[in-house]
Amino acid sequence: MSDPTLDKLPGGYKGLASDFGSDQTLFKGVNWGKAMMWVFLLSDTFIFSCFLISYMKVRASVVEPWPYPSEVFALNFLGVPVPLLLIAIMTFVLITSSGTMALAVKYGYERNRKLCALFVFLTALGGLTFVGMQAFEWTKLIFHEGVRPWGNPYGAAQFGSFFFMITGFHGTHVSIGVIFLFIFARKTFRGDFDNARRGFFTSMKSDYVAIEILGLYWHFVDLVWVFIFAFFYLW
Amino acid sequence: MVNQMMAETKKEKTTTHKIGIYLWIWGLLFVLSFFSYMVDWFEFQGLLRWTLIVTFMLLKAGLIMSIFMHLFWERYAIVNVLLWPMTAIACFIGLMVSEGYYTVFTRLFYFVVGG
Repeated sequence: MSDPTLDKLPGGYKGLASDFGSDQTLFKGVNWGKAMMWVFLLSDTFIFSCFLISYMKVRASVVEPWPYPSEVFALNFLGVPVPLLLIAIMTFVLITSSGTMALAVKYGYERNRKLCALFVFLTALGGLTFVGMQAFEWTKLIFHEGVRPWGNPYGAAQFGSFFFMITGFHGTHVSIGVIFLFIFARKTFRGDFDNARRGFFTSMKSDYVAIEILGLYWHFVDLVWVFIFAFFYLW
Repeated sequence: MVNQMMAETKKEKTTTHKIGIYLWIWGLLFVLSFFSYMVDWFEFQGLLRWTLIVTFMLLKAGLIMSIFMHLFWERYAIVNVLLWPMTAIACFIGLMVSEGYYTVFTRLFYFVVGG
């Protein structure tokens, strides 16, 4: 990035060739933890893709009609059923938390301890709100509408299993992210990254790059939701 | 001493972009999400619905990855290592689309015509 040694290297596709042929670290200027987070996210992409692709395949091949998500996920507001209302709010909440995370990363790089901690904390609150609304949605579907992994009152029986599997796996990612966000909000506010305090679990010196790595994970969770929103709820 | 100095300069290393770009992308993501919600609201159907949904989805994904996840500013080595595997997913989607059509064809055929 703004590392002076990187500015001397060739950029673009010439840089790609010279980086691969350098007989040294491949990802120049990329912290190893960040590279590992990217590798993890890549593998996670494959897992979510497998879920969504199998959902696509089943939905394309069932003979019974697929439940119409617009009606299944409608929410009564002032007595009027509004289609996908809760899902839309969840989408906006998650995007907002992604925005606050982007700002947290920015302030992390500026070594602005308080603002960075504040925005990580706000991101955690956004994530918590999202999980809460998802819990509400699941409760509504399970207890009030009788949606089960093996059947539902709306149509094709496979709907429930894909819904619980895909949104459940995404919700797990959000929940784990929220836990880490709260931990890192505390670490940031305490000044771990300014004093290079050694981590409780890893015993390695803390650095603001951790906030960027956490940010990558959080943006990925938002990214996956973009695809779930499009393919599961809107399609 | 030199090492210490290098450590100091390393510590000062910053990647700051103006706050405006994040707020802009944030706003754009809101607008795009609103548009994709409107696709459902106005109950567009068929090819129009699918085209709009996929367009807004890819725009949002692109904005998140390039700006929020900073891929726009990364060197091509990591960008290419991350994006080329997506072609495998695209192939998989293609395979499963044809598989899905084949499955529904055989199901309808045998349910209607019988064994």
